Order: sequence, then C-alpha cells, then structure tokens
Amino acid sequence: MRATVLVRPKEGILDPQGEAVQESLQKLGFAVDSVRVGRVIDVELDADDEAEVRAQVERMCSELLANPLIESFQIRVEEP
Amino acid sequence: MSDRPAVAIVVFPGSNDDHDAAWALGAMGAEPRLVWHAEATLPEGTGAVVLPGGFSYGDYLRAGAIASVSPVMDAVRAFAESGGPVLGICNGFQTLCEARLLPGALRPNRQLEFLCRDARVRVESAATFFTRRCEEGQELTIPVKHGDGAWYADEGTFVQVAARGQIVLRYAEDVNGSLGNVAGVVNEAGNVMGLMPHPEHAVDPLLGSADGGLLLAALVDAATGHLHAAA
Repeated sequence: MRATVLVRPKEGILDPQGEAVQESLQKLGFAVDSVRVGRVIDVELDADDEAEVRAQVERMCSELLANPLIESFQIRVEEP
Repeated sequence: MSDRPAVAIVVFPGSNDDHDAAWALGAMGAEPRLVWHAEATLPEGTGAVVLPGGFSYGDYLRAGAIASVSPVMDAVRAFAESGGPVLGICNGFQTLCEARLLPGALRPNRQLEFLCRDARVRVESAATFFTRRCEEGQELTIPVKHGDGAWYADEGTFVQVAARGQIVLRYAEDVNGSLGNVAGVVNEAGNVMGLMPHPEHAVDPLLGSADGGLLLAALVDAATGHLHAAA
C-alpha cells in the first residue's frame, strides 16, 4: 500500500519560504493572497490493512516525518 | 589518565565544525575525541558531549531531523539523563531540539538569507554549566552562520521556558526572527544547552573575539566536574 503524507507549516507559523514564493508570483503578475510551502512524502509499505497503514504512518509522522511543534500533517492511504 | 577531561564531539555525515570544535576545546584544556554518529556508545571516560555545527544529512527533511535519530543519539540521551553536560552548537542545537532534549524548534531565518557574521548576544543567566564564567547581562560577540536559526516555541512553552530561566542567551538585536531574540536555551535540568552562535569560532582575539572561549572553558570545567562526580 501507498501512503502520501502532506506536511505543512502549522497555521500561524511564519513561513518565509512561502512569502518569498508569493512575492515572486506577484512579480509575475499573479494576484496571490498567500502561499505556504510544505512537503510531500510518499511511503510504500508492505501491508494490506488500511487502518494499520494509517496507524503506522501516523507514528512515522510524530517520530520523524513531521515536527509537531511547527508542522501539521495529513495522511492519505491509497490502494495499490 | 591525563588531567584533561575527555569531551566527545559527535561527527555526523555533513558536520563541518567538528574539527574547529575539537581544536577550540583542546585550546581550553580538554581532550577532544571525535565520535562517528554510527557508534552506539560514547568513549569511556567522556566528561561532556558536543554536537557540532554543520549540515548533517544535508538538512534533509528538517535541519537536524535525521541526525536526531542516529545510533549515537541513544548514548547521548542516556549521558544527558545521567546529568552529563551536552552542548549543541548550531546544527547541534537543531539536532537537540529535534531529539526533544531541548524545547522548541529552529525555523528558517525570517529574512530567508544565510547569515554569516558576528552577533552580539547577552548572557541572560550565568547560573548554568555553560555560562558560569560569564556574568549575567554580559554581552558576548560570537559569530553566527546559519539559514535555519529562528528559534520557535508555542506561547505556553515560551512562557514556561522563560519563567524557569532556561533562556540563557539572547541576541542583542533581532538577527533572524528568533522568538524573544533567543540565541541559546538549556533544558529544565540545566545540563543540556543549545545555541546558534559558534563559540568555537571565537576563542582567539586574533580572529575577532575570544568570547566563545568563556562558554567552552565553562563546558570543560563541567566535564571535569562530571567526571569527578562519577568517580
């Protein structure tokens, strides 16, 4: 099974990278109100129970993939 | 056994201030020992541990994140829990925060620029292992060189950390967007410290400042003290 993890800077946390991207988009003429930059992590696991995959990936997120102090995460589990 | 206390300096792939730290600690009277991150133990007779500056694992994922789960970190955690002095410099600070041995996290600098210059920092507490050779309110000039140096903690943590006197160093001015201008913090027990400025680059007036030597010499004192307490 494959799990996709979306990691984002937590709401309210300053994201200088997002701000820089926003400024560049504005220079290109796009009317952009806000940009936040996060990260996508695809994890493939040898497991077939969705709930189990989700539980494992949640642990991965809190132990390494995301820093819960500054980042939030979302997990999507896909059938192969 | 020499009179010089052994200070272990952990070398991660991508550490680049390990040898500078070893040189500076040697100059302050320690016997520096470089320890590869894949080791499961620290050398026998280790009196203090330094996690040096650099870009461990190329800052993959987040600065210090991968290093924080290196094999050697179990030994560092056990050493810290036994009361041993641990100092994280720059990437070492990021690693200690990622390992949750220190409160907060380091975020990209507010201005998104890599900073490389002298910074003035104020000693907020002289009552730690690391600042015993300083006076409260003393201003030190120590260089910074980092891209991810803005310390952040949520409001509750910040209030608590400040109330407990865990904020050890503050920048004299806003240099990177760090919350409360925090430049260095200690853990609640007071034996683990992290700071973004590089004391190992400020141990000789010829190089602009010797103020970093005050912090490193205090660490060497603490290493000696730890070894005596253990003996």
